[in-house]
Amino acid sequence: MSDLGAARSQMALSLGFHIIFACIGMAMPFFMAASHWLYLKTKKPQHLLLTKAWSKGVAIFFAVGAVSGTALSFELGLLWPGFMVHAGPIIGMPFSWEGTAFFLEAIALGIFLYGWNRIPSFTHWLSGVTVGIAGVASGFFVICANSWMNSPAGFDWNNGNPTNIDPYAAMFNDAALGQGLHMVAAAFEAVGFAVAGLHALLWLRHKHPLHLSAVKIAFAFGAVAAIAQPLIGDFAAKSVARRQPIKLAAMEGHFVTEKRAPFVLGGLPDVEKEDTPYAIKIPGVLSFLAFGDFNAEVKGLKAFPKTEWPPVLIVHLAFQLMVGLGTFLAAVGAAGLFFLWKKPKRFESRAFLKLLVVCTPLAFLAMEAGWVVTEVGRQPWIIYGLLKTADAVTPRPGVAYSLALYAFLYLFLAVVVTLLMIRQTQSLHRELAKGQP
Amino acid sequence: MNWQINVVLFFLGVSLLFYVLFAGADFGAGILELFLRKKNQEAQRALITRAMAPVWEANHVWLVLVVVILFMAFPPIYAALCVHLYIPVLAVLVGIVFRGCAFTFRHYDTDKTYYRAYSWGFSLSSLWTSFFLGVTGGALFGGNLDPGATQFAPLYLAPWWNPFCVAMGIFTSCLFAFLAAVFLVGEAKTAALQKPFKRLAMGTNGALVAAGGSVFFFGQRGSLKLADTFFSHPISLGCFVVAGLLWFPFWHSLLKASHRNLVVRAVGVAIVALVLFGWFANQYPVAIRFTDGRTVSFLTAAAPPATLSALLGALIAGTFLIFPALGYLFKVFKWETLEEKT
Repeated sequence: MSDLGAARSQMALSLGFHIIFACIGMAMPFFMAASHWLYLKTKKPQHLLLTKAWSKGVAIFFAVGAVSGTALSFELGLLWPGFMVHAGPIIGMPFSWEGTAFFLEAIALGIFLYGWNRIPSFTHWLSGVTVGIAGVASGFFVICANSWMNSPAGFDWNNGNPTNIDPYAAMFNDAALGQGLHMVAAAFEAVGFAVAGLHALLWLRHKHPLHLSAVKIAFAFGAVAAIAQPLIGDFAAKSVARRQPIKLAAMEGHFVTEKRAPFVLGGLPDVEKEDTPYAIKIPGVLSFLAFGDFNAEVKGLKAFPKTEWPPVLIVHLAFQLMVGLGTFLAAVGAAGLFFLWKKPKRFESRAFLKLLVVCTPLAFLAMEAGWVVTEVGRQPWIIYGLLKTADAVTPRPGVAYSLALYAFLYLFLAVVVTLLMIRQTQSLHRELAKGQP
Repeated sequence: MNWQINVVLFFLGVSLLFYVLFAGADFGAGILELFLRKKNQEAQRALITRAMAPVWEANHVWLVLVVVILFMAFPPIYAALCVHLYIPVLAVLVGIVFRGCAFTFRHYDTDKTYYRAYSWGFSLSSLWTSFFLGVTGGALFGGNLDPGATQFAPLYLAPWWNPFCVAMGIFTSCLFAFLAAVFLVGEAKTAALQKPFKRLAMGTNGALVAAGGSVFFFGQRGSLKLADTFFSHPISLGCFVVAGLLWFPFWHSLLKASHRNLVVRAVGVAIVALVLFGWFANQYPVAIRFTDGRTVSFLTAAAPPATLSALLGALIAGTFLIFPALGYLFKVFKWETLEEKT
């Protein structure tokens, strides 16, 4: 494997791993706070148990996510020194805000986890909510930094050196809002469906009402996010169409510049033949989605030199996967919310809960696919249009060894975290068994 | 322009100091677990867990701040750290990951089958991380970074694989263990539980002095001439003398009083802060030394003014958010436990 390939693989692996923890850190505290709120209102012991069980999950995932995130902050410098030396002064600011938010998150989590019976109950509840707010804020700040790579702003580029730096303009670049909202919604969707699915499975096995209320809380968050997501995604895609026409073309497998451009459903883009066969093409829809006008012209890949094309097949398939799963989950979310509202018996039916079990990994899968679209779709650039990834990679040899080390590390962490969550669930059931008459 | 750099440096120094004091003590607690005697061992481990659990995550974040400030305000220093000190930095990262996980897993795993494995993981990774943190710090100042190196050994090994850096690693481990012992003396609620940590505070104190001597010894050799520059610098010398004088009230309060634990902790913290401050005053404004005698200075490596003022805005706003929250955290979990006891 080339050093560039190894460095990119290591980055993909690290981000793909860390993002799972980041999502849980954004969404899960709100589920926990919702359950805590129900307990404070109803004083039902099952809500207390659920809150404590979830808070332990938050603590475990936060700890592992925090350390893997620290590793990431160094990894950027280890693998991409040519990028970091330019990027630091321009885009460091969101990281400093992220540091602040992360600090608050760690403090609030400490207060929440160990504050039972030590501090007033409302303050305690508020500390739980603060964990979530700080989590979302820090996620948003990191996305600001990432979006800057797609939409570089806040500096002049003079012969490979940035001058006239404006960190605020860099942070609030054109891509920041769309990408940020898309990611926050994705986090709630992914964690909502995953938690709802896992508790649905536990309910089907153990029939304890605790799991049913867990399903309802998590599903409500996930479903609302899933329904909002297509709209937010459309907002983000319109921004991509304006700023990165080549990424949009790759997402769609769209080769020829044309008016009334079709929306390409499925298909396998062939870079040699410059065509996407086996696809269903719906005329005009891509033009409409990208620019709000069925007759708008959408640039195709052929309008750009081939050396600037991202890996079209990967980007297209990942985009298809994300959109397909997102649409499916929005439908499940809408149906489920309707059931909750009008037909609670239907919501609690085995069939619907089994469907939720099937949905457990799907939103996470969609989110990872979305990251493939945005990161692979930006290639060959690391800073879009200015600095190529190949020019930013570390000149030092031996990246493959650090890739192997990190792969081993993440595998180890994944195994241990999984085991630990299984243990946590078992101990929850032991406690539930004790409590039952 | 210069004042901006110095204010940013102040924040950098404070973050580093807090990281050493608080996260350092958390690492130190892991190191101390290696030296617990059999008798009453579980109660001592429980004390360590109780003291660390609510705060260790927050303590860890000081390092994130250090990295962010370096990355944003002094990119060449961050880049040199990442390129020349790849191996020790990687070692620190691996250690941080394992320490955090081992501690969390030990705390949350309801099944005690792997308790011993987690404990060993916690202790060894604490020692490992402390050692490599010290090695990394030593290597920055040690003058063995070769800017033209392309081969593996001169590029990756030479900067830190030398007696001075190893001495720094040992010194840092002793420093963290010493801090942990001093804090735990204050955390213990009974005289019986206090006793082993008093013993450890004395032991690590001795080790710290010896390790400090070896740092000066190896730092004096070669181009660094650490002892010469340290003792000829008025501020460094002043810090050294005051820290030395503080040793008397420290030992006095450690040996004698069982109730005035706050004094032991305050004096212990002051000694460590003086050591660190003396070190930085001695080096200022140099951040990195190369083999050819060139240096990277904080003053010349700084980012443009617009970046520095944006960073300062974030840091000052962050201070107003973080310190009240941090104060509340420590009030609930540290101060109130102190009051419960008295």
